[in-house]
Amino acid sequence: MMWPKLVLLWSDVAVLLLVVALGFVAWRVRGDAQRRRDWLKVFRQPAALCSAVVLGVFLLVAVADSLHFRRTLPAAGGNAVAYATRVESVLDVVLDPLVRGREVTYSAPLASRAFAKATVGTERAYPRLLHGGAHLGDDTTERTRDVLVRALGGLVAGALAAGACALAVGWWTMGRAGYARARRGETAVPWGAALITVTALGALVGAVVSLAPHYHVLGTDRTGNDVLYQALKSVRTAFVIGTLSTLATLPLAVGLGIVAGYFRGWVDEAVQYLYTVLSSIPNVLLIAACVLMMQVFLDTHPELFETGAERADIRLFLLCVILGLTGWAGLCRLVRAETLKLRELEYVQAATAFGVGPWRIMARHVFPNVMHLVVISTVLDFSALVLYEAVLSYVGVGVDPTMNSFGGMINLARSEMSRDPVVWWSFAAAFGFMVSLVLVANLFADGVRDAFDPRARVFRARRPGTAKETA
Amino acid sequence: MGRYLVRRCLYGLLVLVGVNLLTFALFFTVNTPDDMARLNIGGKRVTQDQIDKWKAERGYDKPLYLNAKETGLRQVTNTVFWERSVSLFALQFGRSDASGASDIGHEIGERMVVSLQLAVPLFVLQVIASVGFALVLVFFKNSRIDFWGVVLCVLMLSISSLFYIIVGQFLFSRVLKLVPISGWAGGLDAVRFLALPVLLSLLSRLGTEGRLYRAMFLEEIGRDYVRTARAKGLGEAVVLGRHVLRNALIPIITSAGSYLPYVFLGSLVFESFFGIPGLGAYAIEAISGQDFAIVRSMVFIGSLLYVASYVLVDVAYTWVDPRVRLQ
Repeated sequence: MMWPKLVLLWSDVAVLLLVVALGFVAWRVRGDAQRRRDWLKVFRQPAALCSAVVLGVFLLVAVADSLHFRRTLPAAGGNAVAYATRVESVLDVVLDPLVRGREVTYSAPLASRAFAKATVGTERAYPRLLHGGAHLGDDTTERTRDVLVRALGGLVAGALAAGACALAVGWWTMGRAGYARARRGETAVPWGAALITVTALGALVGAVVSLAPHYHVLGTDRTGNDVLYQALKSVRTAFVIGTLSTLATLPLAVGLGIVAGYFRGWVDEAVQYLYTVLSSIPNVLLIAACVLMMQVFLDTHPELFETGAERADIRLFLLCVILGLTGWAGLCRLVRAETLKLRELEYVQAATAFGVGPWRIMARHVFPNVMHLVVISTVLDFSALVLYEAVLSYVGVGVDPTMNSFGGMINLARSEMSRDPVVWWSFAAAFGFMVSLVLVANLFADGVRDAFDPRARVFRARRPGTAKETA
Repeated sequence: MGRYLVRRCLYGLLVLVGVNLLTFALFFTVNTPDDMARLNIGGKRVTQDQIDKWKAERGYDKPLYLNAKETGLRQVTNTVFWERSVSLFALQFGRSDASGASDIGHEIGERMVVSLQLAVPLFVLQVIASVGFALVLVFFKNSRIDFWGVVLCVLMLSISSLFYIIVGQFLFSRVLKLVPISGWAGGLDAVRFLALPVLLSLLSRLGTEGRLYRAMFLEEIGRDYVRTARAKGLGEAVVLGRHVLRNALIPIITSAGSYLPYVFLGSLVFESFFGIPGLGAYAIEAISGQDFAIVRSMVFIGSLLYVASYVLVDVAYTWVDPRVRLQ
């Protein structure tokens, strides 16, 4: 058997490096008592912990969609190995039934018949779908029962499997005593809340998995493609934009911020001038201008990419770079202000007195102490960027139109919502996925901010009557 | 204060020069005018003649910075940089790149009036609604209303403004048929077209701002003067309305001031979704039509407004808080 050719797109490399970096950070945090305490503070909050679990699932989807390859084609004589022009990801393989179960045009979620009437023989009727509910004999009577049975079965099986897995992992990692304490709710981290989240997610995924091979769970779009598949593919785009763009801001924001705050004087003036100029241009216009220029550049340099997917990916990658290069002003301002304060502290003065050079002081004494700002702004910006992508795609300067993204889905949904009867499911799918992604990202970010910002006056709303929390 | 304002304006001018240099570099040196011509004419096979003609019609065939063929001052003025970048400071925007070229300055003047009709009521209502909502939450703090109010805020700020628009248009225009889906009419008729965008824009920012203002008010409430006010026996409503609100005006102005440029520039997405022919819609049309001349002008206008609004915010500080002295 011939191995498929691995394709490493630019953003794939970034995503994989990101996962490696996350692992590295987690490993470092484990060994550092102070950082471990900070992160424990994050996960002690039930909302942040549950959001982290859900974010983890989204991340899993994004990573699975970032491992790309091109299949080998059956040899057409000769020894040369040919590869398919279509770039696929691991997620595509997992979702193969969805990709292949293509209908002719619109169909409602869980439908067994088409959305629009067509002429069958002599009369106009709703024709049966090619794949959705194709296993049913008489779909008018059997469909509801079949859907319910499959959904419930999947729900229960998924919940049981996920719950059991979570319990097993808990038993295995915490040991018998720790497990018992967690059961009584005596641990710092609310494992019970995490267990409920995992079980609920398991139930949801289980129901979808048991329905998906036989129905289009979220319907199909105008060209008959499965909406669930598109939504899942969009998760990666959102993730890449949300993480990569903030990462791209970091070198400039942190580097210039520290330098400006430490040296003060004309360096400070220059950096301030630079970020005032950048932030005085309305964001959308600046990004639009950059993206338009990038498009011209890509159009005049077609030799940079081999396949359509690679072109779309370069565009996505450059979009992230643009978002990063245009969006560093806010964090830079914070880092500069923090550095101005830090440089007056005793330990920095002691280092200066010992004759430590300015660059070494910045690297060893200032940089680690502005890291909390970096962590906070990274998680806070994530959800903002995911929302931003939709607006940019609407304006026409977002990701490549061939690439699945929430912005693209919303754009299409706009015309579908004005049809009669309404085609609502693309919109609902984009809405559901995007809101849940942004919501969990926001909740997680709030948790991180509360834990890491020492001066943050936390005005968290508390449900009255929860004495344990208000104490 | 006069000297401060002059200094501030001069710095603003310097920022605008920076913006102009940046835009010029972005639009003329990252890609050559030839590339832009090729993109704008479109199609795979574009002859050099076509490109030259396109450039000549729009004055892009001149040298970028220094025209060696001319003498004296015209060496500098008869260049792309002078005509397309320096002239912006005199608010001379020139013609757009599109073939049926219209004068950008004229267009901007007309559209700004429309944008203001959407943005001014929106801006005022926005501040009132967000502050009011936050005050209610603070008034009922540590109660169920506060808790669920914050939950609502987090939920609302997690929803993209595009969703508000699409659902709002569907609900109010298609199902209930209260207002037209989109369009524009001058005079009093405009109210019919403005009601929905104003309402939806209000909703889409309520979550973010409500939460922000709530935190600001809670911070103020921890201060000594609030305890004093309560100690003299003032009711909570008076404490909030008279003391806390007035002291929180500075952060409110800062946050509202950052939104001020968009008051003039119009809300990009809302204008284009509702077919309101304002500046925001103009910018979006230019972006999708790849009309770089308009995009450059809009970038300049945007930064101009940003700089102006910052000076305005500074002046507003002295107005709400006499202790603030600008020097």
